[in-house]
Amino acid sequence: MIELHNICKRFGSKIVLDDVSLKIEDGETFVIIGQSGVGKTTILRAIAGFFNPDSGEVLIDGIHMDRATSRVKANLREKMGFLFQSGALINWLSVRENVALPLVEHRIGTKEEIDRIVDEKLELLQLTDAAEKMPSDISGGMKKRVGLARAIVRNPRIILYDEPTSGLDPVMSAKIDELIIKMKNELKVTSIVVTHDMESAYRIADRIAMIYKGSVLQCGTPEEIKNTTNPFVRQFIEGRLHGPIEV
Amino acid sequence: MENIAKEKSIYSFFHSIGQKMLYQIWFSGFTIVLFFKALLQMRFAFAKRREIVKQMYVSGIKSMLVCSIVALFGGMILSLHTGVELKRWGQQDVVPTLMINVMNKEMGAFLTGIILTAFSGAAMAAELATMKVSEEIDALEMMSINPVRFLVMPRIVALMIMLPTLSIYTVILGVFGGALISYFQLGLTFEDYYHRVYESIWLKDMYVGLLKSLVFGIIISSISCANGLIAENGAEGVGRATRISVVSSYLMILIVGYFITALFYGGFL
Ligand SMILES: Nc1ncnc2c1ncn2[C@@H]1O[C@H](COP(=O)(O)OP(=O)(O)OP(=O)(O)O)[C@@H](O)[C@H]1O
Ligand SMILES: [Mg+2]
Repeated sequence: MIELHNICKRFGSKIVLDDVSLKIEDGETFVIIGQSGVGKTTILRAIAGFFNPDSGEVLIDGIHMDRATSRVKANLREKMGFLFQSGALINWLSVRENVALPLVEHRIGTKEEIDRIVDEKLELLQLTDAAEKMPSDISGGMKKRVGLARAIVRNPRIILYDEPTSGLDPVMSAKIDELIIKMKNELKVTSIVVTHDMESAYRIADRIAMIYKGSVLQCGTPEEIKNTTNPFVRQFIEGRLHGPIEV
Repeated sequence: MENIAKEKSIYSFFHSIGQKMLYQIWFSGFTIVLFFKALLQMRFAFAKRREIVKQMYVSGIKSMLVCSIVALFGGMILSLHTGVELKRWGQQDVVPTLMINVMNKEMGAFLTGIILTAFSGAAMAAELATMKVSEEIDALEMMSINPVRFLVMPRIVALMIMLPTLSIYTVILGVFGGALISYFQLGLTFEDYYHRVYESIWLKDMYVGLLKSLVFGIIISSISCANGLIAENGAEGVGRATRISVVSSYLMILIVGYFITALFYGGFL
């Protein structure tokens, strides 16, 4: 279980997270929506322990992620995968080497085992043909898929997705959605997905939370979100220009 | 009213100076700590040998041509200036001694330091800063891969090896530049020249020069990596990191170079 209790965070004078509390059950697919710049990535980064919140606490299976020692952090992160918004591939390593990186660096398995695992993940994300290419030679959408392959290469129990489908074509987006659902059903993976894609959100989500100006505006099942009476959420999910949200 | 405004502006003036100084102190500390962390990680140097060799290639071999030109022409300029003047007094025989001393003690390390700052220091800062702003360093952290072991240590080791090596190369070429001038302009034979050079090689000069180049290698790589690792704000931050690391490496090379000289030749040792 992932718990965020009253997280506040400011960068300089800007308050980015303002009293965010979330509770995400094991095996749940939790979707975070909201406008650009409201702090969605920052929430994922708080869960992954990239910074200490100014106040509040982050608990992963009851263990403090905030203010954890680097050893505790490493242990917690071993069970986590993070798909970064830009893919974050190491640009002097080929696609295959990028995906293999966590295994190689931590000496997990023999060379053959690593090759087998990497091939399997590349296959899963339809990247087999691109395996030997360099990150600079592949498209943005492919980079993202390679990033995802790398995030899942150690079979994490928790996966944090930062906009997994932005920059992908609709068919590939559906494929990623299917993958998220499959990992939930077969491997009981907990997923936290930041997305702008409402269709995909309805497809995959057990619950959806809308973030506005650094706090949780509404959190509920896709049905509840669809039938919301909150004018902010209505405007966002319908994508209307006029309404209470300041643009 | 006016007085208050004045006081406020004076206050903010000192406030900003104070902040800049605090930042500089913090950054110096960060750089030094980074170097010691890399020093600790050097026990993995063998495991990371491929990356180290790659960095040595990038910083050493690729800068070879520029290094050669700077060394050769540097030596030629130096010997031309001194030689023409000395020849008027019939003292052109001193040129070889002068050349080997100057190159060994000072110019070998200094020229190589300057070139590698521009070549590899800037490249390291830009590369690491790009990685930082595109979340790659975060990705490493997420995979529990130590960025100091993965990125910083190989770069520091590579420069610690390449700077002394290239500095020896620079000395040899610089002295050769002097030989050319002595032969064509001053009427010395190559034999005479190198005989005198050989006579005037001092062991102390050589190891002080090598020590200097080793220290410069540490300075350049540590400053550049540190600047890269703290970059933020996208492409602008990458440019900033590169600029600052080049300028501060130059300054530190001059300042530290002086203190090493003072330590060994200033009567302390
Ligand atoms: N390390 C940081 N230093 C300073 N400001 C930051 C930092 N990280 C985030 N911010 C600021 O916090 C705000 C929220 O950033 P965040 O990346 O979480 O937005 P987001 O919701 O993910 O947006 P997008 O959909 O565009 O990715 C932004 O205004 C950003 O400028
Ligand atoms: Mg984001």
